[in-house]
Amino acid sequence: MADKVLMKGNEAIGEAAIHAGCQCFFGYPITPQTEVAAYMSRRMPKVGRVFLQAESEVAAINMVYGAAGAGVRVMTSSSSPGISLKAEGISYIAGAELPCVIINIVRGGPGLGGIQPAQSDYFQATKGGGHGDYRLVVFAPASVQEMVDLVQDAFDVADKYRNPVMVMGDGMLGQMMEPVEFKERPKKELPEKTWAANGLKGREKHNIINSLFLKPEELEAHNNKLQEKYREIEKNEVRYELYNCDEEMDLVIVSYGTLSRICKNAIKMLKKEGINVGLIRPITLWPYPVEAFDKVIDKTKNGFISVEMSCGQMLEDVQLAVNGRKPVHFYGRSGGMVPTPAEIANKIKGIVGGAK
Amino acid sequence: MTVVFDRPKALLDVPTHYCPGCTHGVIHRLVAEVIDELGILDKTIGVAPVGCSVLAYDYFACDMYEAAHGRAPAVATGIKRAVPDSVVFTYQGDGDLAAIGTAEIVHAAARGEKITTIFVNNAIYGMTGGQMAPTTLPGQVTETSPYGRDVKTAGYPIRVSEMISTLDGAVYVERVSVDSVPNIIKAKKAIKKAFEIQLQGLGFSLVEVLSICPTNWGLSPNESVKWLRDNMIPYYPLGVKKDATTGEVK
Repeated sequence: MADKVLMKGNEAIGEAAIHAGCQCFFGYPITPQTEVAAYMSRRMPKVGRVFLQAESEVAAINMVYGAAGAGVRVMTSSSSPGISLKAEGISYIAGAELPCVIINIVRGGPGLGGIQPAQSDYFQATKGGGHGDYRLVVFAPASVQEMVDLVQDAFDVADKYRNPVMVMGDGMLGQMMEPVEFKERPKKELPEKTWAANGLKGREKHNIINSLFLKPEELEAHNNKLQEKYREIEKNEVRYELYNCDEEMDLVIVSYGTLSRICKNAIKMLKKEGINVGLIRPITLWPYPVEAFDKVIDKTKNGFISVEMSCGQMLEDVQLAVNGRKPVHFYGRSGGMVPTPAEIANKIKGIVGGAK
Repeated sequence: MTVVFDRPKALLDVPTHYCPGCTHGVIHRLVAEVIDELGILDKTIGVAPVGCSVLAYDYFACDMYEAAHGRAPAVATGIKRAVPDSVVFTYQGDGDLAAIGTAEIVHAAARGEKITTIFVNNAIYGMTGGQMAPTTLPGQVTETSPYGRDVKTAGYPIRVSEMISTLDGAVYVERVSVDSVPNIIKAKKAIKKAFEIQLQGLGFSLVEVLSICPTNWGLSPNESVKWLRDNMIPYYPLGVKKDATTGEVK
């Protein structure tokens, strides 16, 4: 077993990427993720790899497009307003089917918003962000250790499907320190990058990295192929945690990221008062863990509550998953306000009717 | 029998979509001849822009990328950093490079990226049908400057080569024209030198090529060549703007 080290979330992201064989990192400073770039600027040259501070998020994501197209593992990181700027490039990367990892350490929005933790980029991450019919795989770790594991997995999933993968945390996860371990990982069998445009080097036909299909029938065929890939991802890559979901429950919380840990504390508080609450924690925000709802739906008396640091963004996916079978409630704070366990517990007591 | 004229290996044997009389074909050929002569087809990677040369990825025989509008220098940066022993060039028009992509070209040059940019300036947005470009001349009539470019409201054309030549990372910057055979020969020399600068690992190189757009200028190819000489060359003087290998800065 490897040794545990105490690391700040943002720095752990960088080290995890290096462990995963990330060859190039292109970044731009923005709070609260700047430490990712700072860490990479220190470490990447030491391991003979590329760190480059771009002139903008727009340039950084297009550098990612260039490096990913050449077949190397590449990552960029940013925070909410910066991800909006990257959205154009992400759409091109998805369209050209290039593997890469994008980190979003989310802060409150809209606009310049604030710099405190939030989850208000859920729609942007899971429903598009850029233009066109495309999907990102979105991982939402809840701890620094899970961040380390998922960042490494993200590179594998990206390569396996030739698709961009986003790892989304909030400012809390980026800034807090926790002990982490860089585990020995079994070597994954991944497809060879025969499509990479890295110079002919004797190859007969040139490779083209492109998302332009001027003939409608060709673009539709391309889109259908992407959709097939997305169905495959939905089948294989769904991840979630069920917490305290074995018995009959008064209510089931749905919550992800660091907030899910606060929800677990609320669940412990409520348990002392005789209220039994479960938790579905989506680890992949896309593909969304619909099957988790099917597993618990018959065991919850009062349905579900989506608890978010946003104004009801994941709520829509919860409603789709529940599909009218049980009531769906909502509790959210925004703007960088982080709910306390007591606050969440009180909201739940209001729904289930106080102590049993 | 001696072959005196042939298609360069770096160009594919495919029809292009360029309008009759357009000089993109000439410029493509010059780039391809240089790639052949330097023997670098195997390690060259090109980046096409958004604009008339958007489909250039289908015409060059080397590995190719299609970049988002204006982003070719950033894409080229990513490629070159990932594959340092490759030869990377961007091929960009004036709307792409001098309007939406100004940040990317300026910073690629400032960083001294070891890439080569072929910048085709025809003083107009060609692909979208002839709108005013950042390089459109004062008084020039376009679809979006129907009364002629009024500098009081639309400002002044940007002399990209002069601007880029002020940056320390730019090693070689020259403006050429393809309006005549002697100028085409000079253009090829400049393009070759720009690629050589990259091969020597010296830094960023850019060749601005004054080009014609008969379709959107509403002129015949012959009239277009004359218009370029009478109007563009006085505003965009030809020649080496910077050559750090000789210390020349104009």
